[in-house]
Amino acid sequence: MKFVDEYRDPAAARFAVEQIKALSGGKHLKFMEVCGGHTHTIYKHGIERVLPSNIELIHGPGCPVCVIPMGRVDDGIAVAETPGVIFTSFGDMMRVPGSNGSLLDAKARGADFRMVYSPLDALRIAKENPDREVVFFAIGFETTAPSTAVTLQKARAAGIDNFSVFCNHVTIVPPLKAILESPDLRLDGFIGPGHVSTVIGNRPYRFVPAQYGKPLVTSGFEPLDILQGIVMLLRQIRDGRCEVENQYTRAVRDEGNLRALRIMSDVFEVRPYFEWRGMGFISQSGLKLNEAFAPWDAELRFSVPGVRVADPKACQCGEVLKGVIKPWECKVFGTACTPETPIGTCMVSSEGACAAYYNYGRYNRTATIPVKSA
Amino acid sequence: MSDDGEESGGGVKAPPSDEKDDGEERAPDGVKAPSREEVVLDRIEAFRRRRPRLLEENITSAHGAGGKASAALTDAVFLEAFRNDTLAALSDGALLELPGGERLAYSTDSFVVKPLRFPGGSIGHLAVHGTVNDVAMMGAQATWMSVAFVIEEGFPIAELKAIVADMAEAATLAGVQVVTGDTKVVNKGAADGLYINTSAVGVVGSVELSPKQVRPGDKVLVSGTIGDHGVAIMLARGDLALEADIKSDTAPLNGLVEALLAAAPNTRWLRDATRGGVATVLNELARAAEVHVTLEESMLPVRGPVNGACEILGIDPIYVANEGKLVAVVPPDQAEAALLAMRTQPAGADAALIGEIREEPPGIVLINTGFGGNRIVDMLVGDPLPRIC
Repeated sequence: MKFVDEYRDPAAARFAVEQIKALSGGKHLKFMEVCGGHTHTIYKHGIERVLPSNIELIHGPGCPVCVIPMGRVDDGIAVAETPGVIFTSFGDMMRVPGSNGSLLDAKARGADFRMVYSPLDALRIAKENPDREVVFFAIGFETTAPSTAVTLQKARAAGIDNFSVFCNHVTIVPPLKAILESPDLRLDGFIGPGHVSTVIGNRPYRFVPAQYGKPLVTSGFEPLDILQGIVMLLRQIRDGRCEVENQYTRAVRDEGNLRALRIMSDVFEVRPYFEWRGMGFISQSGLKLNEAFAPWDAELRFSVPGVRVADPKACQCGEVLKGVIKPWECKVFGTACTPETPIGTCMVSSEGACAAYYNYGRYNRTATIPVKSA
Repeated sequence: MSDDGEESGGGVKAPPSDEKDDGEERAPDGVKAPSREEVVLDRIEAFRRRRPRLLEENITSAHGAGGKASAALTDAVFLEAFRNDTLAALSDGALLELPGGERLAYSTDSFVVKPLRFPGGSIGHLAVHGTVNDVAMMGAQATWMSVAFVIEEGFPIAELKAIVADMAEAATLAGVQVVTGDTKVVNKGAADGLYINTSAVGVVGSVELSPKQVRPGDKVLVSGTIGDHGVAIMLARGDLALEADIKSDTAPLNGLVEALLAAAPNTRWLRDATRGGVATVLNELARAAEVHVTLEESMLPVRGPVNGACEILGIDPIYVANEGKLVAVVPPDQAEAALLAMRTQPAGADAALIGEIREEPPGIVLINTGFGGNRIVDMLVGDPLPRIC
């Protein structure tokens, strides 16, 4: 594929890996990739197998479906099971467990759940079914929030009143801060999120080096982007620099996408606090519809249980996310918490740190297979 | 699985410390005491080797997706009730021995695709090809077929006629005769238009196709481009704002199998890579034969538009369904002949060598990525779902 294969070139990858080896000089360093999209690329292309063993990647909290707490999933299911409702969301939300099963289970019990690829598809369903209530379960960081906002503007403009949004949009900076605030943090730098930064730009990350003394490099999603991001982090460490850098210059501008930001501020307001699975309540971390869009707010339109379901006490996702413990050190890992019956966010997504370790941990320790051309 | 998290490791958590990151370093001098990490990994392995457990109270779509949930359902419900040696093989169909010593391959399949008509074919083509191919994978040519319809009240007869005409055409081309059938009409709303079930039997030749025949060093072949059918169906449903010139690959494979077996008489194992794609059938092989499969990503034949659509949706073509592609394991010295033979067939023009069988580590499918890394290709838990992040 043109404009894709160029970023997957094995020869360029070998060169980058050599640079990483030389720059790190065998020193054990831990970098967190914040974004779930990066984690996906790392697994899909086997990046960890080409990196020297002293470079460790910690998979961060940036998988937007995995951080939705159980109580919110339960609320969503309650709306989905309201008679007459067509409930819509993205495909990867379907398997996220609440306290009594997932949306997939609700669908099996008879809820009219429809997978959509864009909130605009949900709005189209509302137009086509004027006698039904259509609800979009909105999830994601600043990456997907603008498309929800545009959809709401269109719904208002067209006067479509059988459509509403159950808003779970979150913002990236507060959880990053929460991780950095942790006293037992063991990270040497961050691979900054690419898609989110196309919207919010690079400036919001300046506090990371300024207040917490950690370098951050915003990176793209192709394997060479990630290797290049690591090279840039290592160069900063070598030079004694600590700043925000942009590897993803082909998509990210410092000031972000002003139009998208304007649309978001027209529709959303910041919640005082929002709960994150595995990380607890984080202040100013969630978005809700503002006063002007209240008629399209599913949380106001439907009565939902709104009960907070505490993360199981034994779950230590928070510590895993901060790089404090390894998955196998968690008490419930592999017993009460497995990929088939996940408890915490790290086990929910197949790319979460715990799920990956569960599936591949044994294999990673037995290097019987020669890594091709590494 | 234990629901009691407390029993794990006595509830003692290793204190987090930079020095103790790797459990193995802590083994005392000379004595190989298993580290806590080893203990955890051993427990996971023991758990994974156990029979899959059916934990859900209701059927969900994951039970029909061909992954882990399907395996659990088959094991806990069907095998449990019908247990016998023929069924326990859990292959594409049953291998039956007649009193005269001849062996019969017998297979059945139901078809519930939506939409009923899609670029490259219809449910009628699928219903014939699917069962003919299951029988072909056992080394047999399907000769007789049964056809059963479940039709929703109100279904247009003209559409039924067109689908049945597709079936007749497909049956003629595949050399199979429809010899018995059944029709049921259900109330409006009780079925989604039309469901078809077909069964077929055929006489098995002299070949011995089974996971047991597979040896380290054998080569893994695929008969053509992968992912075409699944992506064609996803696009034909029309709820993706994507358009591409992608057609279903639905086709009979009996002619291809005949040519393949003539050229590579020691072919070890064949499977049509339908639900769950190439990844799922190779995982099933790795487990059944207790071998390791290594694939080369750069050698997987994938059409450009299919690759592009998969990239956009965050789906891996290796998990996407095919309806006219088989995966073959052949001895290394017959691989070249097998490839050439497949390429002479219309359904095998893009046949390719994609990997090989190794000894270690057993039960695992690994893919060397074009990028130079590698990853494990595991069974999917349910349907492949498009990702947002």
